[in-house]
Amino acid sequence: MSAARNVTSIVLRAGLRDLSRNRWIALFAAGLFVVTQGLFWFGGTGPQVMLSLLNIMLLVVPLVSLVFGTMHVYGSREFVELLLAQPVPRGRLFTGLYLGLALPLAAAFLAGAVAPFALHLGAGATAGGVLMLAFSGVALTFAFTAIATWLALVAEDRLKGVGASLGIWLAATVIYDGIVLAVAASFAAYPLEKPMLGFMLANPVDLARVLVLTRLDSSALMGYTGALFQHSFGTLLGAVIGMSALALWCAGPLVLASRKFRVRDF
Amino acid sequence: MITFDSIRKSYGVRNVLRDVSLGVRPGTVTGLVGPNASGKTTLIKIALGLTRADTGEVHVGHVLADPGGAYRERIGYMPQIAHFPENLRVHDLFDLIGELRPSTDRDEELLRAFQLHAEFDRKLVTLSGGTRQKVNAAIAFLARPDLLILDEPTAGLDPVASGILKQKIRTVRDEGRTVLITSHIMSELEELADDIAFLCDGALQFTGSVDALLSDTHEVRLEDAIASLMRKRRPIPSAGDSGDESADRPKLRLIAGTAGKRS
Repeated sequence: MSAARNVTSIVLRAGLRDLSRNRWIALFAAGLFVVTQGLFWFGGTGPQVMLSLLNIMLLVVPLVSLVFGTMHVYGSREFVELLLAQPVPRGRLFTGLYLGLALPLAAAFLAGAVAPFALHLGAGATAGGVLMLAFSGVALTFAFTAIATWLALVAEDRLKGVGASLGIWLAATVIYDGIVLAVAASFAAYPLEKPMLGFMLANPVDLARVLVLTRLDSSALMGYTGALFQHSFGTLLGAVIGMSALALWCAGPLVLASRKFRVRDF
Repeated sequence: MITFDSIRKSYGVRNVLRDVSLGVRPGTVTGLVGPNASGKTTLIKIALGLTRADTGEVHVGHVLADPGGAYRERIGYMPQIAHFPENLRVHDLFDLIGELRPSTDRDEELLRAFQLHAEFDRKLVTLSGGTRQKVNAAIAFLARPDLLILDEPTAGLDPVASGILKQKIRTVRDEGRTVLITSHIMSELEELADDIAFLCDGALQFTGSVDALLSDTHEVRLEDAIASLMRKRRPIPSAGDSGDESADRPKLRLIAGTAGKRS
């Protein structure tokens, strides 16, 4: 009826108000901040800090987004039912709820892991590197929060949903590296460029890793997929392709989750 | 005010609602009763569009209940379980609902009667179950809806609060608005309800006025009348089951038949 009111922004503001007071998110931000500051105190220069931080980020950001995300969606089920009983379209409501979850997590990441670089300007970290770190971390947060939301909408049982989210985390971090290594070793005699690039594009965590590493001049640490990626596309085209692929990783699960939310029985 | 036309809903092989048709007259309080797992909450959720019926339609005041949800402007819903975000304060929640349903004419009578203004700055998670239920009730009435759908509204309320809520339900009815209420407390429905819809095994076994129900069952109290309806249904197996049994196990069916006669 009153078309002017914006359901998405109303629900988003309520979500931000709720999660900005959430102690787990505060703990997540504080933990990242302490680690980053610690790396600056003990490790020294910007690139080294960024490299250590990158490895932490690649493990922690997907884990927190997946586990906190699924728990949060399960926990707000009754509240979502109350909201759905109001005269609001489901699509708008979903966008508000998703952003209300993903934005606080992304803000916590930026405050914990990226803000310290502003305090240590001139320590050797390039602006491009810091920006790429920020982009990758935020993109990972959005992608894995969308996956978590989708899982929690599909799996009726809370235990199964959280279990599946842990499974996805393991697959994207530990198991993925194992598979890449195994394939590289077993098929060393064959041209592996294309399948390996395929592997990389299929894993947002590896994409984020390579994107940040291309900004750091430490090709030795790039690993198989990273070196190949750099070699195939160069820095600029590589960055464009990598960032687009990461953006797709946010959009794909989000579309799936949104579709599920619109047809689901509550 | 609200009509259900041939609503069917199944979850997998379980038929939760089998062809339910019900019309709730405007300006009445209708009690939706039935044993646990009879499909009451599913029917309510279908009315609100939380759950989609497999077949059938819901109309609210001649407007088809559509997925867009604009028809919900006219409905106030009080869910059975009140579970709110942990870190919101009471006033945040009222602001949120107020923004989603903007109206110059907010009904804050329950807010005042339950003295919720005193709790406005408390976090929702720190509220007791009863206070949360009061918040839940006040939200349902806030936008002065034409139709109130209340799922076990007095569960968890103390006698004073439950008296206030019942008085509010009567007031709303006297204003010509409509209330659909589920409850397991028959004495409460006896006080409030004009009509009764008795749902059992996903089908409506009785619809009509309370007086008609009492005279049909030759009972004086609503509780006994409903109990006698429930007893009547008990021995009759569902359609699918009886088919299987008659084909495979004639003996069991015989036993079930005699048991039915005895009771």
